Amino acid sequence: MEIKDVKIKNIPYEEFNDNETLEKYLQELQANGVNVVLGKLDEIINWGRSNSLWPLIFATSCCGIEFMSAAAAHHDIARFGMEVTRNSPRQADLMIVAGTIVHKMAPLLRRVYDQMAEPKYVLAMGACTISGGPFVNSYHVVQGIDKIMPVDVFVPGCPPRPESLFYGLMQLQRKVKVEQFLGNQERKR
Amino acid sequence: METIKKLVLDTVPGALIEEKQKLTITVDPQKLHLLASTLRTNSELPFDFLVQLTGVDRGDELGVNYLLCNSGDLSKEIVLKTGTSDRDNPLLYSVADLYETAHFNEREVYALLGIRFINNPDMRKFLLNVGWVGYPLRKDYNPDPHLNPVSLESHDIIDKAPRIRELEDGSLVEEVGNVFEDDDYIINIGPQHPSTHGVMHFRTSLDGEVVKKIDVHSGYIHRGIEKLSESMMYPQMLHLTDRLDYLSANINRHGLCMCIENAAGIEVPLRAQYIRTIMDELNRISSHLLAWATHTNDLGAVTAFIYGMREREILLDIFEKTCGGRLIINQNVVGGVMFDLYPGFRQDVTAFIVYMRKQLKEYNRFFSHNVIALGRMINVGLLKKEDAVSHGVTGPSGRGSGWSCDIRKHMPYALYDQVEFDEVIRYECDSYARYRNRLDEIEQSLHIIEQLIDSIPGGEICAKTKAVIRLPEGEFFSRVEAARGEFGVFIESRGDKFPYRVKFRSPSLSLVSAIPLICKNEKISDFIGIGGSMDYVIPDIDR
Ligand code: SF4
Repeated sequence: MEIKDVKIKNIPYEEFNDNETLEKYLQELQANGVNVVLGKLDEIINWGRSNSLWPLIFATSCCGIEFMSAAAAHHDIARFGMEVTRNSPRQADLMIVAGTIVHKMAPLLRRVYDQMAEPKYVLAMGACTISGGPFVNSYHVVQGIDKIMPVDVFVPGCPPRPESLFYGLMQLQRKVKVEQFLGNQERKR
Repeated sequence: METIKKLVLDTVPGALIEEKQKLTITVDPQKLHLLASTLRTNSELPFDFLVQLTGVDRGDELGVNYLLCNSGDLSKEIVLKTGTSDRDNPLLYSVADLYETAHFNEREVYALLGIRFINNPDMRKFLLNVGWVGYPLRKDYNPDPHLNPVSLESHDIIDKAPRIRELEDGSLVEEVGNVFEDDDYIINIGPQHPSTHGVMHFRTSLDGEVVKKIDVHSGYIHRGIEKLSESMMYPQMLHLTDRLDYLSANINRHGLCMCIENAAGIEVPLRAQYIRTIMDELNRISSHLLAWATHTNDLGAVTAFIYGMREREILLDIFEKTCGGRLIINQNVVGGVMFDLYPGFRQDVTAFIVYMRKQLKEYNRFFSHNVIALGRMINVGLLKKEDAVSHGVTGPSGRGSGWSCDIRKHMPYALYDQVEFDEVIRYECDSYARYRNRLDEIEQSLHIIEQLIDSIPGGEICAKTKAVIRLPEGEFFSRVEAARGEFGVFIESRGDKFPYRVKFRSPSLSLVSAIPLICKNEKISDFIGIGGSMDYVIPDIDR
């Protein structure tokens, strides 16, 4: 079958290549009169934090398998310092929600999220976590986990390829880098 | 089958016998148990394997269909039907004492259709929360989200099981039984646990470190696929099957396509049959590789996990080049396949066969004879053949218990009657037999592909079908051999472009229903290893 001109709706392709906006944003923030010492300290801390985000994998279905692929040798999530998957929420910085969340699971998901220590981040992997995905009309599916808890990064796809997961994770790393721990400004997100 | 008809009429004189796609027998609810037990125990052709138990809202009545078959020859099938017109308090008789697999299935029918089963010792709702308002699979279900809002409140689990029992004199009593004893020490394994292979919740009571009893809670990934399918046209609902048991995505979809094709009388071109068979076997290999990888990981061999995933990645590349999907393959459509093979397919697959044979030897060398691995698998998790049949445990696990249950052999579909391969059967009944079966099945799959890959004929890849496919009125079944066992599809059609009722028989549900039995009196530390050897996929169970 010939592939007719495929159109990707909503997300222009260029945006996938746009990796600089956040870096510019970071520079802007720091140019904004942050104390030099604290600014530098912040940078060091965030450099460390962003490169060793330890994820908790809340994998319920198909997307979880793609996460396993991402963690195995071929794609190797260890390149990003994230191979240390934690099964205890107390030790995790980042929760990767991979898979459909249904009514019966919603309270448990929220509880695991609440048990994580601050600062914490959530990455929603796959169409199901974004909107309910293919099951959006189902009676038992939660239509997007942002109804339950705050989400930092959404990674679309059904399932997203490991590469898209990494893209999302890198966006999260940038997000972590612009945070201000010690600086006297308010924490900007 | 003539003797069976006679037997049926001798047992229940008023039974209605129809020759449809399968021999179908309709009886009164009071007579169903008697008929089922006669069919199960008759010496001529015992129907001792309950394949599917499907609740249906037929409009005027709520009913149940039972697909039974003979465990020695899976192609000998019979369908029993019964129903009740009482919608407020529908009661039917349970067959759980005859077929173990009916326990969970009847509880599921209760949750989704509200039919309660007399004499089933445990009538808790299976997939849904206790307080769910309405019965989703009924046609008059009210889907208003305000009735069942998303709640973030956790509820305590009450280990009390209501049941209805029939006394000697025929009167019914409602009772409440305890799931556990009062002084049992209970721990929760799951639903969010890295080693349960998904979101299953096992409430486990322990005596020291020995498992005393396991109570399975399911539904943490119940996505309502069967209900969703009822509002979709046939080609639209195909993509949902890929997401049931995503590790054998292509095979599931093949099963559904076959069911629709048989019902609508669509002829699949030969080239498409070749592509389907080859892709199915590649899919089976990738699934077994993942099963092997996670099982070894469960037993503590992290390196082995990486090895299994490494080999699997080659297959995923082949899938991706063929149709764009890695895990969810999206290749089969009604009438054939969506994409043709890419030019280098043959070379890639042939190279993979050679490579995989070499790797299989390596797997066996470094893990299959490892002392620790042997100690944790041999004589652990014993599942006897009778239990396998009664629980409906098929696939590599059923064949590890000495039960020949390969649909590809018993009821060949696609090209399986034209290739030669062995059905891998072992008689040890333990985790090790199941483990070895998977590795040997990889070899058999390679063998099948080898026979087909050089002779793929040219021609069409998809039959011409109408844009809107309507199935004639009737009930249609199809059964295929997925990577974990028998995957079944049931479609009831009323001549519309939408199905009236769709049911998927999940191989994993049977696997999990056997877990409480085979883990009993094993160490808690072996529980995870046994689960790995059974290799279930949870979204397939919850649907
Ligand atoms: S987004 Fe797609 S692949 Fe991911 S869990 Fe949902 S259905 Fe499965």
